[in-house]
Amino acid sequence: MRINRLVIACAMTVSFLLMASLSPARATREIEFARDIQPILAKACLSCHGPEKQEAGLRLDRGDLAMFGGDSGKAILPGKSEQSRLIHYVSGRDADKVMPPEGPRLSAEEIETLRKWIDQGATWPEGDSKSASKNDHWAYQPLHQNNPPQVIARNWPINPIDQFVLAKLESRGLSPSPEADRYTLIRRLSLDLIGLLPTISEVDAFCSDTNADAYEHAVDRMLQSPHFGERWGRHWLDMARYADSDGYEKDNPRPDAFLWRDWVIDAINADMPFDQFTIEQIAGDLLPDATQNQRLATAFHRQTLTNTEGGADQEQFRVEACFDRTETTGAVWLGLTIGCARCHSHKYDAISQREYYQLFAFYNNGDEQTFSVPKTDEEIRKYGKELAAHEVAIANAQSALRDAPKEMVTVLTDKLNAIKKKAPAKPEHHVRVVAQRSKNPRKTFVLRRGEFLDPIADSEVYPNGLGTLMPLRPRNTNERGDRLDLARWLVSKDNPLTPRVTVNHVWRTLFGAGIVKTANDFGVRGEPPTHPELLDWLASNFIGLNKRDSLGGSNPKTDWSRKALIKQIVMSATYRQSSKRRLELSEIDPQNKLLACQNRIRVEGEIVRDISLDAAGLLTRKIGGPSVFPALPPGIAELSYAGNFKWTVSNEVDRYRRGLYTFFKRTAPHPNLITFDCPDANITCVDRSKSNTPLQALVALNNESFLEASQAFAKRILESGPTSDANSKLVFAFRICLARPPREREAIVLAEMLESSRRWYSDHMDEAKALVGKQMASNIDVGENAAWIATLRVLMNLDEFITRE
Amino acid sequence: MDRNASSPNESGRVHHARVIMFPVQHRIDRLRRDFLTTSASGLGLAALGSMLRADQGMSVLATKPPHFAPKAKNCIFLLQAGAPSQLDLFDPKPKLNELHGKPLPKEMLEKVRFAFIKKESAVLMGSSRKWSKHGECGMDFSDFLPNIATCADDLLMIRSMYSEQFNHHPGQLLLSCGRGVFGLPTVGSWLTYGLGAESQNLPGYVVLTSGRGTSGGTSLWSSGFLPSHYAGVLFRNEGEPILNLTNPSGLPPEMQRRGLDAIRALNENRYSEVHDPEIASRIASYELAFRMQSSAPELIDLRGESTSTLADYGVERAQHPQATGRGNVANAHLSFARNCLLARRMVERGVRFINIIYEAWDQHSDLNQDLRYNSWVVDQPIAALLKDLKQRGLLDSTLVVWGSEFGRTPLGENRNGREANTGRDHHPFAFTLWMAGGGIKGGQVYGETDELGWGITKDPVHINDLHATMLHLFGLDHLKLTHRNQGRDFRLTDVGGKIMKQWLT
Repeated sequence: MRINRLVIACAMTVSFLLMASLSPARATREIEFARDIQPILAKACLSCHGPEKQEAGLRLDRGDLAMFGGDSGKAILPGKSEQSRLIHYVSGRDADKVMPPEGPRLSAEEIETLRKWIDQGATWPEGDSKSASKNDHWAYQPLHQNNPPQVIARNWPINPIDQFVLAKLESRGLSPSPEADRYTLIRRLSLDLIGLLPTISEVDAFCSDTNADAYEHAVDRMLQSPHFGERWGRHWLDMARYADSDGYEKDNPRPDAFLWRDWVIDAINADMPFDQFTIEQIAGDLLPDATQNQRLATAFHRQTLTNTEGGADQEQFRVEACFDRTETTGAVWLGLTIGCARCHSHKYDAISQREYYQLFAFYNNGDEQTFSVPKTDEEIRKYGKELAAHEVAIANAQSALRDAPKEMVTVLTDKLNAIKKKAPAKPEHHVRVVAQRSKNPRKTFVLRRGEFLDPIADSEVYPNGLGTLMPLRPRNTNERGDRLDLARWLVSKDNPLTPRVTVNHVWRTLFGAGIVKTANDFGVRGEPPTHPELLDWLASNFIGLNKRDSLGGSNPKTDWSRKALIKQIVMSATYRQSSKRRLELSEIDPQNKLLACQNRIRVEGEIVRDISLDAAGLLTRKIGGPSVFPALPPGIAELSYAGNFKWTVSNEVDRYRRGLYTFFKRTAPHPNLITFDCPDANITCVDRSKSNTPLQALVALNNESFLEASQAFAKRILESGPTSDANSKLVFAFRICLARPPREREAIVLAEMLESSRRWYSDHMDEAKALVGKQMASNIDVGENAAWIATLRVLMNLDEFITRE
Repeated sequence: MDRNASSPNESGRVHHARVIMFPVQHRIDRLRRDFLTTSASGLGLAALGSMLRADQGMSVLATKPPHFAPKAKNCIFLLQAGAPSQLDLFDPKPKLNELHGKPLPKEMLEKVRFAFIKKESAVLMGSSRKWSKHGECGMDFSDFLPNIATCADDLLMIRSMYSEQFNHHPGQLLLSCGRGVFGLPTVGSWLTYGLGAESQNLPGYVVLTSGRGTSGGTSLWSSGFLPSHYAGVLFRNEGEPILNLTNPSGLPPEMQRRGLDAIRALNENRYSEVHDPEIASRIASYELAFRMQSSAPELIDLRGESTSTLADYGVERAQHPQATGRGNVANAHLSFARNCLLARRMVERGVRFINIIYEAWDQHSDLNQDLRYNSWVVDQPIAALLKDLKQRGLLDSTLVVWGSEFGRTPLGENRNGREANTGRDHHPFAFTLWMAGGGIKGGQVYGETDELGWGITKDPVHINDLHATMLHLFGLDHLKLTHRNQGRDFRLTDVGGKIMKQWLT
């Protein structure tokens, strides 16, 4: 059967060839791609090898991709129709693989046309090399430099942001919400900019400051706070999948990983321009005369996982890490899900598999390196002393050995060796970074289905950017591009994606949702921006393209400035709106896409912890340093397999550090963080989810850390509250947590809770003692103390407490 | 002091000396009444009440209809992580025993990777097990699993599973998520996402572990890109069954309830001001948390179980005289038995997906001793579970799956420094997994491997096929159960998945 089909097919092919060669007029005709070839491809091929589907990895609607070929290699060999798979298949030489597989076959004439086109060089005119539909997508277009629109309510806008937002509202016949009250504003700013509660004196100072610039002063003060870098650095750590351990089965600790975390905090506090921030992290090692800090910055891409499981193929996981670097770069800077193209050309976005490996090629020669940097002066001094003591001990042991009688020699030699082994560790950090491979550079091939053992023959690719964006031009025109070229391409002013994506991340953090809701997908399947003109205006302004604007303008000081961008947004009337839901909008705009009010945002997992400690007066405000080990429920560290890990709770100071300093063990992360949606650091996280679950309620109600906070809070209120009057104390505590004073009915609920707790604990002294634990307030009856703990923990469990209004 | 004896009659207590007088009760009552009836915004507590109900309707608590009539309602997944040797438990190979000590034919070694084996010196290793046939169907089991063998007629034995992943953690991810990568939801998350939870008082997806930790750690019960309420909730072997379930010391349920009432009153008040439905969700979450505080301890309280049931599962059995190896950690023999019994209790209480994890099977050496012990740990409790479910009429609607991320090689492992081959290496090309109940046709062996157990000769089954069929049993079309993430509609079965019709009743 099979043979018969094959014979017939061969016979048919021969007859086609004969017919074709008998037509001299056609033989000489010059083939024109658009007239002769494209219609054939469109009719017979593109439904399986086009923009929607790429069977066998082959795509025939774009010249570059068509010439590149598919999974089994090139389909078109210019000048060699005989060897071209395309001809092989359409002519039916292989009876098992006749193309097209369904529907009418190509006519002999059509096959001959294809054959000639290939023999004449298979020219594919430039203009036809890209499919128009995908490149028309808004996100790939250059930034539009829009002027802010005119509005009717001219006195509402504070800055151009408001004109964009208001114009849209007015076009729908809507008005914005009033400004939030002063309490809400100062608490909102504080949680957004530094992730901590405002103190009551800060609140009062702000509320009573009638100067027009009181708000701006508050903003400036917080932008200068060293806690700003902690709060905004944490978002960057999410994207960098930062952790303190290797991941995978063995999941060994990375005790020095924090150095890069601190680099991030410092860079953000110093407002390092985002273009420089980008370049140093992607290619700091390739900068001329790279400093130690610039090399350290490349640890961004050393946050990838390391598999040291016995028998793991290191090449497999090296390639895996390069995939991760490629895809993380796509997600963080370009907002694109390029991971799809690891195995096949992207179904929806204009990213071919070949382009994926061109990006991958930048990382393929970036090797993992570790270099040593000295620790602090204090630690070096300590080392000096220890070393001296060690040398003395050796000398003593040696002299003892010299003078020893024969029978003691063995014992004393052992002793000497034992001492030698106890040399103090050098005061060095071991910094994991990425560095360019200097010898035996690797070639990069497209990997079939992303399988590292299966490179496609003839598919060598070279470092390059995405074809749909502007060209990537290596700085040394004679050489292939490297990571530094990639980094500069990412932050080139011609690249519209990086500023749009970055501005959107900031907006998302300050409004709870981005102008593009799908912050992780700017591709054709993502949501379009709710305010495209505003997005482009902000993006242009961010990189210094808006010459006319007075706020950012082409001022090198504010170009790529994160702080300037944040300030611009928080200064706007749009940001300052009340977050109360307006019932009349629930039908018209249930997702608040029009921004007729602010959004309420549940604070992030780390900050849930931070503000509880802050209210309690327990928080240690130290910035940076090695990761710490706060209380951990038993049985968590043991969840990882290797059993190489002990969680020794930190000392009294480090026990109360901010959540972002908690040691992050990938296979057994701290459950308080994970329960509140802290990402697991295995892959980049551009957009944290915000869930609302009973497990969160259990953490806040019962967890040791939170109980400790309510105990300390009670002690704080009882010992240092304003007066001995319980009502005033309750108001004081309420304001520590929520900034605003309680409404009457709230005060009543709390007073009643206190009252009833007092009654109960006065009869249950054992329980009272148990609840108070070690945090006994001085000169306070234990029942009274317990009643206050029971009452104040109510405050720390309120929705409003963990919400940025 | 006897607490009960001094239980106060609250009204009319003499207040503590330090107490400061507060507004009298009738004033509180009046204010509350006002609050309930007045609502400047037109949205009072009555509206909030309906919001709360509506919220429960929208939430993970709600049961969602499947795509078509399901066979299974619950799943117990017995994840035997580490890769048990199919050649010593389920898939007898007389030929392998004949060729014991001989090298593997060269052509079979090409393009093959090993974790530890050195190709040059690799030799085949027969099994020391004794084999017999069980049940009416005559299914093969080795002497290590005498109890599970008695359930042969309920089991579907799949000897032709394969995986692409070669190392434990990626392999466990593939088995749990359909691909060996991070960031994807696990089977239990997909099921609770697709069907909701039956129980109003317990999580829909529970994880139980025995022995040491797992290679995958918490990533094995992650919800990936799905919202985190679809993540598995770990039940613990000691102390409180769920993390933070126990009230702080000095705060008995009575006081917890009072605190919750105050929290609720204040949250309701806030809701009436800002109308954010998230507040209604928060209130619902706190209420569910409180219910879990009583339902979870009730769940783990085995005092209501008969002595014979406890004995059947081996909940209090004595340790094996030759307890050994990596499976012998933290009284795994007791916790595994107990976890099997808890799984039945969870099924009864409507928990959708129960994952029992025991990572003990990575026998690169000392295969005979360690495998004997691990098999002993799981054999009795699993058999008891199957029989108990069956006897209670629950097996028909409960899918039980026993499996691991891959299997083990027919080659003995020649690890450096070992004198003899006493173990087997990782083998993703052919391994065995079994299922029972929940619409599975028992008493059949599916798929075949070659005479050495190296490759599959008939009916290969990818993990995506397993998952597609599991979802099918729950009335879910694996092609339709999708979630849009980063522009792509993801599904559990990635780009594969075939429903194995022959497996179904």
